[in-house]
Amino acid sequence: MSGEPTFTIDDQPIPFQDGQTIMEAARAAGVYIPHLCFNPEFAPHGSCRVCLVKVNGRAQASCTTPAAAGQVVQSETEDVQEIRRGILEMLFVEGNHICPACEKSGACQLQAVAYYVGMLAPHFTYFYPQRSIDASHPDAVIDFNRCILCELCVRASRDFDGKNVFAVQNRGIRAHLVINTPSGKLGATTFSITDKAAQVCPTGAILIKNRVYESPIGRRLYDRQAVNVVGDVAQVPESEGGRRHD
Amino acid sequence: MLVEPSALGLMVNAVVQRHGGLPTRLLQILREVQDSLTWLSPEAMDAVADALGLSPDKVRRVAEFYSFLYTVPRGSYDILFSDNITDRMLGSRQLLRYLCDKLDVGIGQPRADGRVTVGITSCTGMCDQGPAALVNGYALTALDKPRLDRIADLVNQLVPLAEWPREYFEVTTNIRRADILLGRHFADGTALRAVLKRGPQAILEELVKSGLRGQGGAGFKLALKWRSCRDAPGEVKYVVCNADEGEPGTFKDRVLMQEYADLVFEGMTLCGRVISAKQGFVYLRGEYRYLLEPLKATLQRRREIGLLGKNILGEPGFDFDIDIHLGAGSYVCGEESALIESLEGKHGVPRIRPPFPTTHGYLNKPTVVNNVETFAVTAKIATEGGAWFASRGTAESKGTKLLSVSGDCERPGIYEYPFGVTVRRVLEDCGARDAQGIQMAGPAGHTLSAKQYDRRICFDDLATGGSFMVFAKHRDILDGMRNFAHFFVHESCGFCTPCRVGTSLLCDLVDKVHTGHGARADLDEIRRLGRIMKAGSHCGLGQTAPNSVLDSLDQFPEAWMRRLRSTNYEPAFDLDAALGEARRLSGRDDPGAHLPDEQSDLVRLAQLLADQETPLSDDERNLLGALP
Repeated sequence: MSGEPTFTIDDQPIPFQDGQTIMEAARAAGVYIPHLCFNPEFAPHGSCRVCLVKVNGRAQASCTTPAAAGQVVQSETEDVQEIRRGILEMLFVEGNHICPACEKSGACQLQAVAYYVGMLAPHFTYFYPQRSIDASHPDAVIDFNRCILCELCVRASRDFDGKNVFAVQNRGIRAHLVINTPSGKLGATTFSITDKAAQVCPTGAILIKNRVYESPIGRRLYDRQAVNVVGDVAQVPESEGGRRHD
Repeated sequence: MLVEPSALGLMVNAVVQRHGGLPTRLLQILREVQDSLTWLSPEAMDAVADALGLSPDKVRRVAEFYSFLYTVPRGSYDILFSDNITDRMLGSRQLLRYLCDKLDVGIGQPRADGRVTVGITSCTGMCDQGPAALVNGYALTALDKPRLDRIADLVNQLVPLAEWPREYFEVTTNIRRADILLGRHFADGTALRAVLKRGPQAILEELVKSGLRGQGGAGFKLALKWRSCRDAPGEVKYVVCNADEGEPGTFKDRVLMQEYADLVFEGMTLCGRVISAKQGFVYLRGEYRYLLEPLKATLQRRREIGLLGKNILGEPGFDFDIDIHLGAGSYVCGEESALIESLEGKHGVPRIRPPFPTTHGYLNKPTVVNNVETFAVTAKIATEGGAWFASRGTAESKGTKLLSVSGDCERPGIYEYPFGVTVRRVLEDCGARDAQGIQMAGPAGHTLSAKQYDRRICFDDLATGGSFMVFAKHRDILDGMRNFAHFFVHESCGFCTPCRVGTSLLCDLVDKVHTGHGARADLDEIRRLGRIMKAGSHCGLGQTAPNSVLDSLDQFPEAWMRRLRSTNYEPAFDLDAALGEARRLSGRDDPGAHLPDEQSDLVRLAQLLADQETPLSDDERNLLGALP
């Protein structure tokens, strides 16, 4: 592997190829950087900001920053983790994330990443937004309370499934996920639980009906091993407690 | 079966055809459709989507993103008061309520007869002649009660805008100090003759020599940007003028576009020649709608005298033309990549950078984006030379800078200074005798106290896009901070977590302290939030949104401390206030219906307000009015 350019993450040399981002090179080298809106099957989005690292001392999203030879990247340092904790806390207070009552608790990437960065409680003041639940689809439920606006379902449905079922509307704190039908109901779309869009949600916002509470709390995906070992919920087969269609 | 086209469909099709059926014109199309309908109904949005061959959600995405586009009904007269702190200093809030009472209408709600809506909007750039407002997008200045009385009559009598008194729409330029940019006469075409005579490379070298940096505030070396765009691969390139002057308190680009448009267009055309671009765009903020027709007329005149269009000045192949796009109420579109998105007809979310616009800009082609003032300066440098320009200013900041001065001073307006001028000098010149502090470069900039008046305005000390807002001693600095915090909540695009959520959390904390509910822990929380937002946000908006609040904590700690409760921690939840609904239901408001806490918030706040020497702000008066 001589001659391949490298940079370092927390002093560990990481080889990379031209055009790779820091996140991609880190993944290839088996180094975990916490993330939520990033999914290796889609173009980087850069919106959740959880994958923030310090590149030569400057905070940047690792999923959108090109790798360059000699970069000094800090990822697991206390000041970087503290910013990540803050961002996670923001996501938790923005929506209504009642983990004990959520079917995805234990198999939720949001929750798992929060544990990973050491977030114990979202001490910011809760927004308690009024959001609805859409159970109009025969096979799936959308719980908008748990949406973190990662736009993975939007991207999957538009770019992968070719259905364009989801969209984000409005701006600022009023930005929210919508279903692209006049009624705004999932039941009125061609959405199917075999769609890519049904397999990518990192939270419990999209749930598959008639297939819930299959494993008890304590034996779910991230109950067994941490997210840096297990990986993204979208990459783990359903039979193993993830979201990927077997 | 042939379906009779509806009146709506015909109107929409006519607008879309006028814009060549181009999806890049979507924002312009929606603006014009709304002008006919007062709002964008679902049917209207569908008709636009249909005519452009876009999916309906794309059209809705744009319609819901911009403040001046409405997806719920509005009145035929849509009046929006500018809500910058400088307008508030001039009494805009009282006037807003006065007009609402006069018209019998609630804030932001259309009147039952659908005739009028009265609301607020971010700074409209008339800070030197406020209180200001917009009516159906056109700027109103120098509002006072007699004027509002008359406006209420005009609305009630359904008088068309064209028949309203002209002086209501008068915008003065208030140029108080001119230097090399505003002071010297410029003969149209001289910069273009210079580039034809000496060649683009020689002009680029003059620009290098001049040391000119982007005047929008970021200060990127101009010659570097033009050269890298010129050298970027690709046949088609673009020149974009950022006239989306959204930073509250700045209005110098408005003056340049109103009085010096030729200079700006000349600079853009010059850039076109240097980088080999054939097309330029001016992105004009929606608040400056009143400038659209005069600017179009100026462009037409320039075409007629051979300074724009095909074969400029008779030079074969020197082709360049300029088109004007109107914004629709979005501060984030001042960020260059968001501006390009908006120019392409989309909602204005800043792009991931790199790549930068010089290689991947408008329609992913190499694009130079510069501020209005920067383009104006380039035309002067092409004529007078780089050394001439560099003889002004400091080592790192060459030339001059336009400042928009407003707030508590005798002579608000435009001041042109060589870079390096002290804050103190500006205060003396504008007649600010008892300045407690300055908000420099807008809410995203620096909050200065009197200790810092010897600092210099230049890139290596106080970098600024030009906003300079003066707070006199009798003002409460926290009124300003609260105004700024609300501004950023309104203007966050919502794309990234730290800005979308952080601006709201920060605003809630500032509100909490401002209303007398804060404790020391809240100030610590503000600092923590600020750190997260600055480090984590996707673009400059979120990264700079906490600046003014953080600065003021350092510069004006007493303004914050005197509002705190004495405890270290106060919950956001106020038990006594939560009982308010029960009190209203039972018709009781006697002391027995309140929690027996001598330090109840209202009592304590009343005491605090009674003790202070400064006059009460609106919010304080309202609070006192709520007391039993």
